[in-house]
Amino acid sequence: MIRTLTTSAAVALSLLAPVAAQAAGEGHVENYEFPFEGPFGSYDQMQLQRGLQIYTQICSSCHGLQYVALRTLADEGGPGWTLDEVRAYIDYQGIEVWDPELFDGEGDFRPATPADRFPPVTGAGAPDLSLMAKARAGFSGPYGTGISQFINGMGGPEYIASLLTGYEDPPSCAPEDFDGYYNTVFTAGGYPAECIDEDGHHMYPGSWIGMAPPLWGEDVDFADGSSNELEEEAKDVAAFLMWTAEPKLNQRKEAGLTGVIFLTVLSVLLYFTNKRLWAPHKKKVKGDTDA
Amino acid sequence: MSGIPHDHYEPSTGGEKWLYRRLPIVGLLYDTLMIPTPKNLNWMWIWGIVLTFTLVLQIVTGIVLVMHYVPHVDMAFASIEHIMRDVNGGHMIRYFHMNGASLFFVAVYMHIFRALYYGSYKAPREVTWIIGILMFLIMMGTAFMGYVLPWGQMSFHGTAVITGLFGAIPFIGEGIQTWLLGAGAVGQPALNRFFSLHYLLPFILVGLTAVHIWAFHTTGNNNPTGVEVRRSSKEEAEKDTLPFWPYFVIKDLFALAVILTVFMAIVGFMPNYLGHPDNYIEANPLATPSHIVPEWYFLPFYAILRAFVEGVWVVEIAGWISFGIIDAKFFGVLAMFGAILVMALAPWLDTSSVRSGRYRPMFKWWFALLVIDFIVLMWAGAMPAEEPYATISLIASAYWFGYFLVILPLLGVIEKPMAQPSTIEEDFAAHYAPHTGGTTTAVNPAE
Repeated sequence: MIRTLTTSAAVALSLLAPVAAQAAGEGHVENYEFPFEGPFGSYDQMQLQRGLQIYTQICSSCHGLQYVALRTLADEGGPGWTLDEVRAYIDYQGIEVWDPELFDGEGDFRPATPADRFPPVTGAGAPDLSLMAKARAGFSGPYGTGISQFINGMGGPEYIASLLTGYEDPPSCAPEDFDGYYNTVFTAGGYPAECIDEDGHHMYPGSWIGMAPPLWGEDVDFADGSSNELEEEAKDVAAFLMWTAEPKLNQRKEAGLTGVIFLTVLSVLLYFTNKRLWAPHKKKVKGDTDA
Repeated sequence: MSGIPHDHYEPSTGGEKWLYRRLPIVGLLYDTLMIPTPKNLNWMWIWGIVLTFTLVLQIVTGIVLVMHYVPHVDMAFASIEHIMRDVNGGHMIRYFHMNGASLFFVAVYMHIFRALYYGSYKAPREVTWIIGILMFLIMMGTAFMGYVLPWGQMSFHGTAVITGLFGAIPFIGEGIQTWLLGAGAVGQPALNRFFSLHYLLPFILVGLTAVHIWAFHTTGNNNPTGVEVRRSSKEEAEKDTLPFWPYFVIKDLFALAVILTVFMAIVGFMPNYLGHPDNYIEANPLATPSHIVPEWYFLPFYAILRAFVEGVWVVEIAGWISFGIIDAKFFGVLAMFGAILVMALAPWLDTSSVRSGRYRPMFKWWFALLVIDFIVLMWAGAMPAEEPYATISLIASAYWFGYFLVILPLLGVIEKPMAQPSTIEEDFAAHYAPHTGGTTTAVNPAE
C-alpha cells in the first residue's frame, strides 16, 4: 500500500515536472552559495546589513525600493536594526517622500518616517528593485524541471550577482559606438547586428545593458571588516535584494518546517490507526477483533 | 438502479424524533457518512477527499485574501505586496492559495485518470462523470481568472492571449471577446469582472460537489474490479462493503495527511516553484514577455491549441469544407475544447462491456500510452512554438483524440477481456486470504 502511494506521489510529481521551463537566457548564471538557500536556510543579518550599505551608497542613486517600508529594516529576519537606527539612517541619508496631503492637498516632499516606504524609482528608466530577486529565475535544472530550487533557491539572487560581475570588454564584432555596456549575463538588452551570424544566432552570450557597471570592487568599506572584492559585494547586495523581495523568508521556512514535522507525525498516527481499524477485515490479526 | 441496502438512521430520543419530523438533517448526514462503500477500494480512490479539502482550503484562504486585495489596475499588484509584507500571516495565506491551485489540479488529474482506467465513467455513472467534467471546466475558468488578479506581467499578457482565442471564432468572435473583457483590451473592466467571477465560481463548485457526491451515492462507488456491489439483500451487500465511516474516512485522512506533508514542504521551502518569475513584475501593456506560458495545469490543452497550425491536413480540409471560415486559429480553439468534449463523451465512446481496465489486456497498454501522451503534451506546451515541439504536439494531440474516438470504440469489439471476479468479496479475499496468516507480502489491493 505504501508502494502504491509512492507511485501515486511519483506520478503526481511527474505531472508537475515540465513546469519551470522558463529559459534562463544564454548567459551563464553562477550558482553562488547563499545562507538562505534550502529548507533550513535563513538570512545572514550581517550580509543583509552589508547589502543595505551597498544599496544605499550605490544602487539607490538610480533604483528605488517602492514596496519596502523603512520600518521593516527593524523587523525580525531582516537586517536587524533598531527603530532608532532606522530613524538615524533616514536622517543621515536625508530620505524624503512625496506626501500628497501636504501643502493643502497639492502635495510636497517631507522627511520620511519609519512608516514610509523607500522612495520609488529615481533614475530615468531604472527599474524598481523591490521584487527583482523574485522576478528573475537563474536556473531551472535538472532537465528544466527546476526541482533543484528546493536546495538552491530560484536563482534570482544568483542572477543579480552574476549580472553585477558579468561586465566584460565587448567582443570585437561590435561597433565602437554601440549603445550600452556589454554584459555576459543580461539577455534583454540591445545586440549589434554585426554579432549575429547568418543563422540568426548570437555569437556571444548576453547583450548590451543600459546600466554602466555599478560595482568595481572596493566600492564600499564594511564596518565588519568583510571583504569588499567585487564578487563579495555583488553577493551581499544580491542577498539584500532577496530580502527586499521576500522579507518573510525566515518565518516561512520555520512555518514550513513546523508544518512538515506536525503533518509527518499526524501521518504516522493515522497510518497506524488505519492499519488497526482495517486489521480484522483484512484477517491479518488472528482472533483479535476489538478494533 | 436503487441504492445499496443498508441501515438507515432511526431517531431514538424524544428530541431526535421531534427534529426528525421537522427536518431529517441528522438522517441525511448519517446516511451520507455511513454509506456502504466497496471494501476493495485502492489508494487511487482518495483524490475525491483531497479535492474536497482543497476546495475548502481555497475558499477559506481566498476569503481572507479578498479582505486585503484591491481589484484596481493601479493598486492590485501593490495590494498583493501589502498582503505579502504587512498582513499578519499574509505571506503564508497567499502562498497556500497560490500553491493550492496546483494541488487542486494534481488531484483532479489523478481523479480523472483513475476514472478513465477503472471505467468509473461507464453506466450507470455517466451523470457523475458529466458533472465531474463540468466541474473540471469551472475549475479551469476559476484558476484562469484567479491568475489575472495579481496583475503581473504573465497575468496580463496571458489573459490577452487566452481571451484573444475567442476572437478567433468566425463572425461573432470579436464581439464575444469585447463582451468577455468589457472593453476592447484587457484593463479595469476585465479585472473587475474576473475578480467577481473568481469569487463566485468556487461556490458553484461547492454546489456541484454536492450533486457529484449525490450522484455516485445513488449508483454506489465504482471499485477496482468494476464489479457491482450485490444488492439483493442487506446481508449480501455487507459482504462486499464497509461503511464509509470510519473505514474510508480514516484511510482518506491518512492519505490526505501524506499529501499535505508534501504540499507543506512546497509552500514552506519553494513556494514560487510552480509560478512564473515574470509575474513579480507589475503588468505593463507596452512590454510583452518574451515567452508567454500558461500555468502548468493548462499546458496539455495549450499544446493541443497550438498543435493545429496552417498546413496540417485536417486543418486544410476543415478550411476547404467550410469555405475558409475555419482557419488554423479557430481550428486550434475547437481542438482545445474538443479535447475535453471527447473526454466527456467517453461513456458512450467506450463500447467494452467490462468496466475495469484491470481485466482488459489491450486497453491497459493504450491507457498507459494516454497517460504518457498527457505528460508529453504538458511538456510540449511549455516549449516554444518551433520544431521539433510542433510535430511532437501534433502527434500527441492526434493520439489524445485517437484514444477517445477510435481506440475506445474499437477495443470493445476486438478485445477479449480476462475473467473478472464474480464478487467484490471474492476479490478482497483473494488479496487478504486468511491463510496468509499475517504476512503482508504481496497483499496489495492496488494496481
